[in-house]
Amino acid sequence: MGDAMLAISNLNKRFDTAAGHVQALYNVDLQVQEGEFVTVIGPSGCGKSTLLRIVAGLDSGYTGSVTLEGVQIGGPGIDKGFIFQEHRLFPWLTVEKNIASDLPLGNKEVRQKVDELIELVKLKGFEKSYPRELSGGMAQRVAIARALLRNPKILLLDEPFGALDAFTRAHMQTVLLDIWRTNQTTMIFVTHDIDEAVFLGNRVVILEPRPGKIRNIIPIDLPYPRKKTTTSFQELRLKVLNQFEKVDELELTDGAGI
Amino acid sequence: MTNQAVVVRGSSRPGKAATIGLGMILPASVLILWQTLGHYGIISELLFPTPYTIAESFITLAIAGDLWTNFRISAARALLGFLLGGGLGLLLGIVVGLFRRSEKLLDPSIQMIRMIPSLAVIPLFILWFGIGEESKVLLIAKGAFFPIYINTFMGIRNVDNKLFEVARVLGFSRMKQIIRLVLPAAVPNIMLGVRLSLGLSWLGLVVAELIASSSGIGYMISDARQFADTPVVFVGIIIFAIAGLLSDSVVRLIERRLLRWKDSYQG
Ligand SMILES: Nc1ncnc2c1ncn2[C@@H]1O[C@H](COP(=O)(O)OP(=O)(O)O)[C@@H](O)[C@H]1O
Ligand SMILES: [Mg+2]
Repeated sequence: MGDAMLAISNLNKRFDTAAGHVQALYNVDLQVQEGEFVTVIGPSGCGKSTLLRIVAGLDSGYTGSVTLEGVQIGGPGIDKGFIFQEHRLFPWLTVEKNIASDLPLGNKEVRQKVDELIELVKLKGFEKSYPRELSGGMAQRVAIARALLRNPKILLLDEPFGALDAFTRAHMQTVLLDIWRTNQTTMIFVTHDIDEAVFLGNRVVILEPRPGKIRNIIPIDLPYPRKKTTTSFQELRLKVLNQFEKVDELELTDGAGI
Repeated sequence: MTNQAVVVRGSSRPGKAATIGLGMILPASVLILWQTLGHYGIISELLFPTPYTIAESFITLAIAGDLWTNFRISAARALLGFLLGGGLGLLLGIVVGLFRRSEKLLDPSIQMIRMIPSLAVIPLFILWFGIGEESKVLLIAKGAFFPIYINTFMGIRNVDNKLFEVARVLGFSRMKQIIRLVLPAAVPNIMLGVRLSLGLSWLGLVVAELIASSSGIGYMISDARQFADTPVVFVGIIIFAIAGLLSDSVVRLIERRLLRWKDSYQG
């Protein structure tokens, strides 16, 4: 396997506010291999977003070490793609211009790559549409294409399908797996949906709150494409579900699946 | 059956001509009433010349060429004042909006100047520049400056922080953040400022020309007042109204073009 692409060791992050302090992350250790698809699951407030934002370089003020290809994370940049829960497209730009953003569409190379990505995220025919004319799932696919255009070493997705309905969500999951297989981009995918975590990940990282720390990491040794109805899938799903012993945690994590 | 359906659809969704027609009902009725009342001497012809008399006076002035000359002079003043004040307002609004330090440096002084009523500075402007073009253009510029300045400033400060995060993740340089994010996001506010400024430019023009001028539509009005030539006063007022309306329509057209992306209530 060699050195991990992303190495997080002994990561601690505390938020100090007027109301007191929150230990958002406590002694987090995690290695992600190149090309791996890691899903992170846990109840609301357990530090999932904080973890992802630190890896992206959006949050600082932590202790411990976070390295990407051996280099300590500085600020945010195009080597670390980020997909937020909301699509966060520029509302005044059309789909293709959003994907290009600060890169010139007049450039032949950019143009070609944008066209390829539009094909990849299945948005042909919507190049000239504005974000307000898109459905939630389409807009999120534009956001994914925008990140992919920059050839990120790692793609960080923070509950990207959380706001979508069950059918769109299932469709988006297969689209994302397609992209992953085509581009072999390393992914960290945060969710609070157990089905989604098991369906997508090579490994499922389970976080627990107060303080936010890793409870367990469960490998999902199922070949892709997976079927949610098979017994082996259901067994693994149950294994993850069993990690959440307390009833109040169950309510937070279960039921979001299909 | 088919015919009926067409009729129903036609009546529930009026076309463009029908919409304009709807808007014309009220003004047309007023004109007819006005003309009738004046014609039978129920209202004073001296204070309220009939629409017909006003139209006559308009044609006389137009043929003599005074109207066009005066209008050109007035329009040039308004435009110049608007461009000067509005342009400066846009520039300073951007600078003050972007940089906290320039806000601390400039904004207090700008707010102080804003509080000085335009009418109060007219005597000063006249003392400094005489009743020539400068004093009028500057007065108009002073009025046009503030709406654009304030709205540009607010537009820039109200850019969604979530989009700033996107710009950081996408690796925008500081320059690109301004050009690709801050300015486009501020365009709705800037356009609002432009419309308000344009309105104030016309207002400033009227004030400047009524008080101290020897040419322009405002001068034409105040000159006619001295000779109790009421129809000419009306002609001047109507020209101001039409010019103001037309310029606002042009800006609104530009606004709609620029803000096509916006998802807002269209009525
Ligand atoms: N900017 C912040 N300031 C203060 N507290 C924060 C901030 N961001 C997150 N937190 C706190 O840190 C904890 C983890 O938050 P977060 O990472 O958003 O959780 P999750 O994404 O798993 O729901 C929560 O208790 C939250 O209230
Ligand atoms: Mg979160």
